[in-house]
Amino acid sequence: MARIIAGVTTSHVPAIGAAIDNGRTQEPYWQPVFEGYEFSKRWIADQKPDVVILVYNDHASAFSLELIPTFAIGCAESFAPADEGWGPRPVPVVQGHPELAWHIAQSTILDEFDMTIVNRMDVDHGLTVPLSLLFGQPEAWPCKIVPLAVNVVQYPPPTGNRCYSLGKAIRKAVESFDQDLRVMVWGTGGMSHQLQGPRAGLINREFDTQFLNRLTSDPEGLAGLPHLEYVREAGSEGIELVMWLIMRGALEADARELYRFYHVPASNTAVGHIILENPGARPAKAHS
Amino acid sequence: MKNYTNAFKDIPGTTVFDATQSRLGYHLNMFCMALMKAENRAAFKADERAYLQRFPMTEAQREAVLGRDYNRMIELGGNIYFLAKIGATDGCSFQNLASKMTGVSEDEYRAMMIAGGRPAAGNRSRSDPAR
Repeated sequence: MARIIAGVTTSHVPAIGAAIDNGRTQEPYWQPVFEGYEFSKRWIADQKPDVVILVYNDHASAFSLELIPTFAIGCAESFAPADEGWGPRPVPVVQGHPELAWHIAQSTILDEFDMTIVNRMDVDHGLTVPLSLLFGQPEAWPCKIVPLAVNVVQYPPPTGNRCYSLGKAIRKAVESFDQDLRVMVWGTGGMSHQLQGPRAGLINREFDTQFLNRLTSDPEGLAGLPHLEYVREAGSEGIELVMWLIMRGALEADARELYRFYHVPASNTAVGHIILENPGARPAKAHS
Repeated sequence: MKNYTNAFKDIPGTTVFDATQSRLGYHLNMFCMALMKAENRAAFKADERAYLQRFPMTEAQREAVLGRDYNRMIELGGNIYFLAKIGATDGCSFQNLASKMTGVSEDEYRAMMIAGGRPAAGNRSRSDPAR
């Protein structure tokens, strides 16, 4: 049976992708950001996930205003990096896991989540920057990816509680998938940042720290946080943090925090990163 | 729904992209979307005013684009993720756009971010005493 071994959350700042793609990771501005992911890169190399369910938001790349799905699951064989206005990122094409993706789509729909099924979708920095942060610059990504795009552009986005519940439904789906797979769920975006208007540049370290704490210790309470509080406290684009609750819902209640990193700034954004391990998770060596 | 959307109006310097903004800015944002193709970027750069005529947006929206007045574009229904494609076409970084929207130089904006960003204190509500 497939099993969720761990969850990862991370910001997906586009400038981080640009720094990697242009070989600027050792510059004094960027060095502390990338150092914060060194542990995680070693950890994931040991863990060897077969599949990552990668929760992210599209930034007006695959979805314009013509079609705005709240939850869209990528069921295709592969997903190309999107041209976001300056050419696609020079990163590998993302290989999907259609069987697992379709299984999750069906299972969650029958669990009363009205998922949108996507068979063609280019993936933007929201999905590829987290891959670069955890896997570096390989010739091919070392595992399959199931993209799960969440609308956080057009209001209202899904509530934190809905995201948390969807995470639980994804866990149920994965655990009923009849293949022996090591699966991770990643939640991306955040932390505090505002990219628009006269309040642009807002950063709230206290809010971010509380959010990171409660993600492990009080997810039920955190799921009740209204949109208004995200925007007020974490900035207009801080609303992306609802996606982290999908990861949290997919992990077990007593998952433990293995690693945490927080840094201000990366361009306009507070970078937050956390690894949660499910109890009983074993490294890949013991598994195979 | 009215209470939900109105509550955000208490947050200073912030426009939430709700149904009203989305309807207002549909053609402006779809123009931005077109800039994801290299040939459209070239056509826009060759004659900005003529290219904007291809989209049924308002004259005020066209003027805001030509003047690269991002706050005005947001007021007229633009969404920052879409508007960022104009910045990308111009070769501007996001920090450059943010400095324009906040009325400071790019260096000042960058220094503010390195120093920890704009604090939430005093910026949570239009009724904050510090304002």
